[in-house]
Amino acid sequence: MNHSITEPDRAPLDAVLLYVLTGLLALGAIFATAFSDDRLFRFHGYLLIAAFTLAFALLTVAMSSGRLRSPPGRYADGVIRAGVIATMFWGVVGLLVGVVIAAQLAWPNLMYFPEHGWLNFGRLRPLHTSGVIFAFGGNALIATSFYVVQRTSKARLAGGVWPWFVFWGYQLFIVLAATGYLAGITQSREYAEPEWYVDLWLTVVWVAYLLVFLGTLWKRKEPHIYVANWFYLAFIVTIALLHVINNLAMPVGALHHRSYSLFAGVQDALTQWWYGHNAVGFFLTAGFLGMMYYFVPKRAERPVYSYRLSIVHFWSLIFIYIWAGPHHLHYTALPQWTQTLGMTFSIMLWMPSWGGMINGLMTLSGAWDKLRTDPVIRMMVVAIAFYGMSTFEGPLMSIRAVNSLSHYTDWTIGHVHSGALGWVGFISFGAMYCMVPWLWKKDRLYSNQLVEWHFWIATTGILLYICAMWVSGIMEGLMWREYTSQGFLANAFVETVAAKHVENVIRMVGGLMYLSGALIMSYNLWRTVRLPSPVSAATTPAPSLIPAE
Amino acid sequence: MKNIWKKHGVLERRSILLTVAILVVVSVGGLVEIAPLFYLESTIEKVKGVRPYTPLELAGRDIYIREGCYNCHSQMIRPLRDEVERYGHYSLAAESMYDHPFQWGSKRTGPDLARVGGKYSDDWHRDHLIDPRSVVPESVMPPYAFLSGRELELKDVQAKLAAMTKVGVPYTQDMIDNAKADLMTQADPFAPARDFKGRYGEAVLQRDFDGDPARLTEMDALIAYMQMLGTLVDFSTYEAEAPENLR
Repeated sequence: MNHSITEPDRAPLDAVLLYVLTGLLALGAIFATAFSDDRLFRFHGYLLIAAFTLAFALLTVAMSSGRLRSPPGRYADGVIRAGVIATMFWGVVGLLVGVVIAAQLAWPNLMYFPEHGWLNFGRLRPLHTSGVIFAFGGNALIATSFYVVQRTSKARLAGGVWPWFVFWGYQLFIVLAATGYLAGITQSREYAEPEWYVDLWLTVVWVAYLLVFLGTLWKRKEPHIYVANWFYLAFIVTIALLHVINNLAMPVGALHHRSYSLFAGVQDALTQWWYGHNAVGFFLTAGFLGMMYYFVPKRAERPVYSYRLSIVHFWSLIFIYIWAGPHHLHYTALPQWTQTLGMTFSIMLWMPSWGGMINGLMTLSGAWDKLRTDPVIRMMVVAIAFYGMSTFEGPLMSIRAVNSLSHYTDWTIGHVHSGALGWVGFISFGAMYCMVPWLWKKDRLYSNQLVEWHFWIATTGILLYICAMWVSGIMEGLMWREYTSQGFLANAFVETVAAKHVENVIRMVGGLMYLSGALIMSYNLWRTVRLPSPVSAATTPAPSLIPAE
Repeated sequence: MKNIWKKHGVLERRSILLTVAILVVVSVGGLVEIAPLFYLESTIEKVKGVRPYTPLELAGRDIYIREGCYNCHSQMIRPLRDEVERYGHYSLAAESMYDHPFQWGSKRTGPDLARVGGKYSDDWHRDHLIDPRSVVPESVMPPYAFLSGRELELKDVQAKLAAMTKVGVPYTQDMIDNAKADLMTQADPFAPARDFKGRYGEAVLQRDFDGDPARLTEMDALIAYMQMLGTLVDFSTYEAEAPENLR
């Protein structure tokens, strides 16, 4: 940062707007907390007062010291560096909670505390899912999208201080969601558990995110919008649409934490799984494909394999994904025509998914030797391989006959984790390993050897996890439908629970290994940041661009 | 063919056009699949007996949601032989028509609860919730002993029913006005219940659910909710094969 600005001390408009907004929000939070007679709402009220007052105070200091300028000739990298730190922090937290709840299912006698309901599986499980999807994944997406859109547009992030609003606003959303789950504030909509006022806050942050992203595209010095940005844009726009519609609800009172969803029963179920499946499709797929389309070619120093394939698979992917929601509701009270449509499109979805996989893998044409020499490339390639595997498994499980066995079982959990740990986790780790030396102006990572350790420990962990879940899922599915020769059900439900004990332990060990990998990575990145800089930061040239072709 | 690729260049140069195109493309699926469910009459079967939750059941349901029971328990029995024999008649869309939000679930770490009502005694439920492994040694369920220590919060009962009417649940003004009284009546076996049963039907359960008559606890509410699950429709008169019920 250049602190020697000598212009007259007038704060930029974007900062003034944010300053006023933060002040109003702080006031609003104080009044809302004061007038509410709902204990849980007040709990969040105090959090909001603390957050907004702190932000207001910090902005006051920053504005008066003239720090909030954004020199147009430089990339806004501070917010991305913060994003990298947040990604790793929430990643470790989310994975840790996952290991804890896995241990609860393996050793219920040790891991539960009868008088402390907030440590029960039902409250911690949303903390784990939101922690890894929205806190870890979301921060990775926001940070990399800010990085990619600047580099591929050759323009500084739009909006002055507003990218920082997006960053801190999103962290506030995470804290509200996480503390809410522990306190029992939930809508019970999977992956959309936060209550109405938290949803409203996320909507504000998300619109700001969209505007910053679009604004940067408007300033671009390249005629074409690079393919990675199509995916990021589709992710931002569609998540906004899904989030708003799925969370339509009537609050019990204006200052009450609880709300009731606008829809009921069958309509509510399909709306939720339309959202739920496309949280996978657009948050965990489209966004991370954007990541793949920048960091894989950049790291391999090869152009994207096929420009036309990226067009075809982009439009077919986003068109078809939206239809796939009903496969979460096979054999339920959802009308059969809807189930059949959902199944058909889920099977079709296999093709665009593999289009993306092929485009990513074949980008390494002529650079395959790097798999041997560069563990970061290897991690991203294995991520793409896991993407291919889980997008093959998904359509398979969406077939009604297969689903009658797999639904409600651990098989689904295994499927999700091959996608989440293998694809989402590894491609994000790859991007972070790339970005940290670039952002902190280092010529290398602290240790490639540690990346090797991370890679092998985490990969082994994933395999243990998903194999254990395949075994326990298919086993329990078969045990539920097993009949004796006299025509009685062979197993009581609890026998199928007891039968999964060993798999539950293996699953926890797999998760623990994956967490260990993330800790090794955090250490490696921290040591990288602490390395002496090889060149003066001020003279770094703008990185060159890889065209879409 | 070459033309198509060139035409795509237009989208790559105009961010607003690209944004609008994305919005249009992703809207189609949802419109075709979800929108018809709101007006096709065949979506929900016509059955007798489904009624809105009583205030005590609704309070119990809110506790069920608060504790995240849906993470491990489905409330949706599929029309498969083993499920119908294990859990009872397959679930109808009509049975969750007043469920804001739905509780169908997606995972059975524990058994389905769509028809758990009446299967176990109140005492069994209480002991099971306090310490699941005292009655089911292999269970992996968390303990909920704290529920029997917590007084049920009564001050927002009326507001909850009123909010439900705004999303379409047919509570009458009479039901809203008497919400608090009805809640206390249901948990007290000796309270006069003529008005309460007049509002919610003769079949509604009225007793001290948690075995502690001195107090009205969250345990009372949760057990009251679980004991009515799946009991509303009289399946001896329901004709699954009738044309109006085929979907």
